[in-house]
Amino acid sequence: MTGGVRGEVLAAGPASRASHRDPLGAKIGMWLFLFTEIVLFGGLFILYSAYRARYPHEFHEGGQHLNWIIGVANTVILLTSSLTVALSVTAVRKGRQRRAMALLALTVLLAAGFLVNKYFEWGAEIRAGLYPNGPELAGRAPGEQLFFGLYFSMTGLHGLHVLGGIGVLLAMIGLLWRGRIRSDDFVLLENAGLYWHLVDVIWIFLLPLFYLSA
Amino acid sequence: MTTSAHPPPHAEGSYLDPGGRKGLLGWILSTDHKRIAILYLVCLTVLFFAGATIGVLMRLEQLTPGSTIMKAQTYNAMFTLHGVIMIFMFVIPGLPAVFGNFLLPILIGARDVSFPRLNLASWYFFVAGTILAVMSLFTGSGPPDTGWTFYAPFSIRTGTNVSLAVFAAFILGFSSILTGINFITTIHRLRAPGMTWLRMPLFPWALYATGWIQVLVTPIIAITLLLVILERFFGVGVFDPAKGGDPLLYQHLFWIYSHPAVYIMILPAMGAISEIIPTHAHRTIFGYKFIAASSIAIAAVGSLVWAHHMFTSGMSEAANTIFSLLTFLVAIPSAIKVFNWTATLYKGSIDLTPPMLYALTFIFLFSIGGLTGVMQGALALNVHLHDTYFIVGHFHYVMFGGTGFGFFAAMLHWFPKITGRMYSRKAAVASWFPLFVGFNLLYFTMLVLGMMGMPRRYFDHLPQYHTGHVVATVGSWFLAAGLLMLAGTFIIALFRGEKAPANPWGGVTLEWQIPSPPPVENFETIPTITRPPYEFNPVEAG
Repeated sequence: MTGGVRGEVLAAGPASRASHRDPLGAKIGMWLFLFTEIVLFGGLFILYSAYRARYPHEFHEGGQHLNWIIGVANTVILLTSSLTVALSVTAVRKGRQRRAMALLALTVLLAAGFLVNKYFEWGAEIRAGLYPNGPELAGRAPGEQLFFGLYFSMTGLHGLHVLGGIGVLLAMIGLLWRGRIRSDDFVLLENAGLYWHLVDVIWIFLLPLFYLSA
Repeated sequence: MTTSAHPPPHAEGSYLDPGGRKGLLGWILSTDHKRIAILYLVCLTVLFFAGATIGVLMRLEQLTPGSTIMKAQTYNAMFTLHGVIMIFMFVIPGLPAVFGNFLLPILIGARDVSFPRLNLASWYFFVAGTILAVMSLFTGSGPPDTGWTFYAPFSIRTGTNVSLAVFAAFILGFSSILTGINFITTIHRLRAPGMTWLRMPLFPWALYATGWIQVLVTPIIAITLLLVILERFFGVGVFDPAKGGDPLLYQHLFWIYSHPAVYIMILPAMGAISEIIPTHAHRTIFGYKFIAASSIAIAAVGSLVWAHHMFTSGMSEAANTIFSLLTFLVAIPSAIKVFNWTATLYKGSIDLTPPMLYALTFIFLFSIGGLTGVMQGALALNVHLHDTYFIVGHFHYVMFGGTGFGFFAAMLHWFPKITGRMYSRKAAVASWFPLFVGFNLLYFTMLVLGMMGMPRRYFDHLPQYHTGHVVATVGSWFLAAGLLMLAGTFIIALFRGEKAPANPWGGVTLEWQIPSPPPVENFETIPTITRPPYEFNPVEAG
C-alpha cells in the first residue's frame, strides 16, 4: 500500500557490514562512554562533598597525613603523559608511525611511573596503619576514618583506570605496529587519547580534594 | 497489503538462514542485531518464567497464616531473588534488548547498529551477570536476603552472599550501558537519508530517551554497588555509621539510579505502544511531536524525583516537599502519552487484533499504576502507604501491567516479522482473559491490602489480611495460567504457525516494507524517507 514510496533506490548499493566505517560515530560512542566514567566517579565526588561538609575538621586532619609532594609529582607525571599521547595523535596524522609509537611508549612509562609512586605512597600509609580497619586509623575520629576510606576508594579506582589505560595504550602501540592505525584511519588512537585525558582530568580533581585539603 | 514490488516472504537469505556458521556458534558469535535480539529473547523468557515461578511460590506461602510451604529466611531469599531477576534481568534489558535490537536499525532504515561487536559483547556481559547471580544462590553462606535494593547497613552486615549478587548486578549494568551507548550512536549516525528526527518512528524516539538514561545514571548504581563490596571486604566506612558514614546516602545513590531505571523499564514499552496503536487503528498517531518530546521530558524530569522513595527515611521537610512536587510533575509527560494514544483511536478504523487488545490493556493497567504512583507522591499519604502492599501493587501495575503487557503486545505485534510465522489469534485472545482477570485479582487486592496496612516483605500476615491474601493468591494462579497459555501460543506458532506475510497488520513503518523474517542485511537498498512515519492513506488501503 505504501509500496515503493520509501524505496527510492540510493546510488550506493548494499554496503557490507565489514566495510562500514564511521569515525564520527566512533567518537560519539567514546564520548558517551566518557560520560559514564564521569558519572561513575561522580558518585564518589557526591559522597566526598557530603562528608566533607559534615566533617570539615576531620578532613583537614586527614589531609595532613598525605604526602603532597608525591601527589604533585604524580600530577606533573600525568599531565606530561597527556601531552605525549596528544603528540602521538598528531604524529600519526602526519604519517609518522614510529614517532607515534615512541610517544605512546613514553606515555606508558609515565603511567607506570605514576603507579610506582602510588605503590610507595600507599605502602607508607598502610605501614603507618592508616587504612580502613587499620590499627592506627581505627582509633581516630569517625570523619577521619571516612577521609581515608574515600581516599583509598577514589585513588584506588583511579589507579585501576591508569592500569586499564596502560593496557589500552599498549594495544594502540600494537595496532600502530601492524599498520591498523594510519594517517587516514586513526580514530581508535584518538579515542584512546580521549580516555587517557579523562584519567588525567579525574586526577586533577583528586589532587586538591585529598592532598591539598590540609 | 504488500505490493508486488516487495519480495515474497521467506525470500532467500533470511537472517534465520544466513549461510556461514551453522548451529549454536552461528548464533552466539553472530553480530547481526536480529540474532542478538533472539539471544536476548531466549534468555529473558527463561528468566521471566523463573522469576514468575518464585512469585507464584511467594503467593502460595501467603495462602495461610504462618509457615505454609517455606521458612521465613527462605521467603527473604525468595523476594530478593524475585526482585533481582525481574528488575535487573527482565524489565531493565526487556524491550530494548529484544525489540530494540531487532527493530531499531530496521525502523530507521539501517543495516545494523553502530557497533555490532559491542552489541554482542553486551549480551555476553548480560549472560555473565546472570551466571554470577545464579552462582550467588549456591555459593557462600546462603542466598542474599536483602531485597533487590541492597539497602545499607543491612547489606553490609548480613552474612549471606551479598557481595557476589551485587557484583552480578554491577556486570549487568555494563550490559545496559553498552546497549545505551550503541543505540544513541546508531540513532545519531545511521538514520536513512531523509529520515529527519521528526520523521523517526516513536519506538526509536523512546529508545533514544532510554539510552540517555542508561548512559547517565547506570554508572551511579555501579559505583554504589562497588562501594557495598568495598565496604564488605575492606570496611571503607562510607555507609557505616560507626565510622561516620551515613546509610541515607546509600539510599540517595541507589535511587538516583533506580528511580530513573523505572523509566528505562517503561519508556521502551511506551514506545512500542506508540507503534502498535496507530498501526492497528490505521490512523496517523495523534500528537506525534508531543509523544516524542514527552519521552525526553520523562527522561529529564524522571532523573530528579528519586528521593520520593525516601520520604520516611528522615530527610528534611524542604527536601521532601521539593521531591514531592517534582514527582507530581513527572506524571504530566506520562499523561500526555496516554491522552495522545486514546486520541489516536478516535475515528480510527480499529482492528481489535491481539496486539491491539494487549496495548489497550497496557493503557488501562499503566494508568492505574501511574495514578497510584501520584498518590504516593503526596507526602501525607506516603507516610501511611510506605513499605506496604500498596507499593507492591503499584509497581506491579507499572512494571508488569505496563512493561510486561507492553512486552506481550510488542511480541504479538512483531512476532510475525521476527519469526515469519503467524500465531493463533484466538489463542492469544483466550490467554488474555486469565491474564487480565488474574492480574487485577492479584495486584488490585494488593493495593487494598496495603491501604489496610499490610506491610511488604513480611513472611506472615495477621488474621485481618487473610481474605485479601487468599484472593491475591488465587489471582496468581489465573495469572500463571494466562502466562503459560500465551507462551504456548507462541511456541505452537513457532512450529506449526502459518507463514506470515510481510505486512500482516497493514503497517506503514519500515519493518513492514521488508520480508518476514527480514533478510540478513535488512534492506536491499537503503530506503530514502520522504514522509512522516505514520501516514496512512485510506484511498490506497484495501
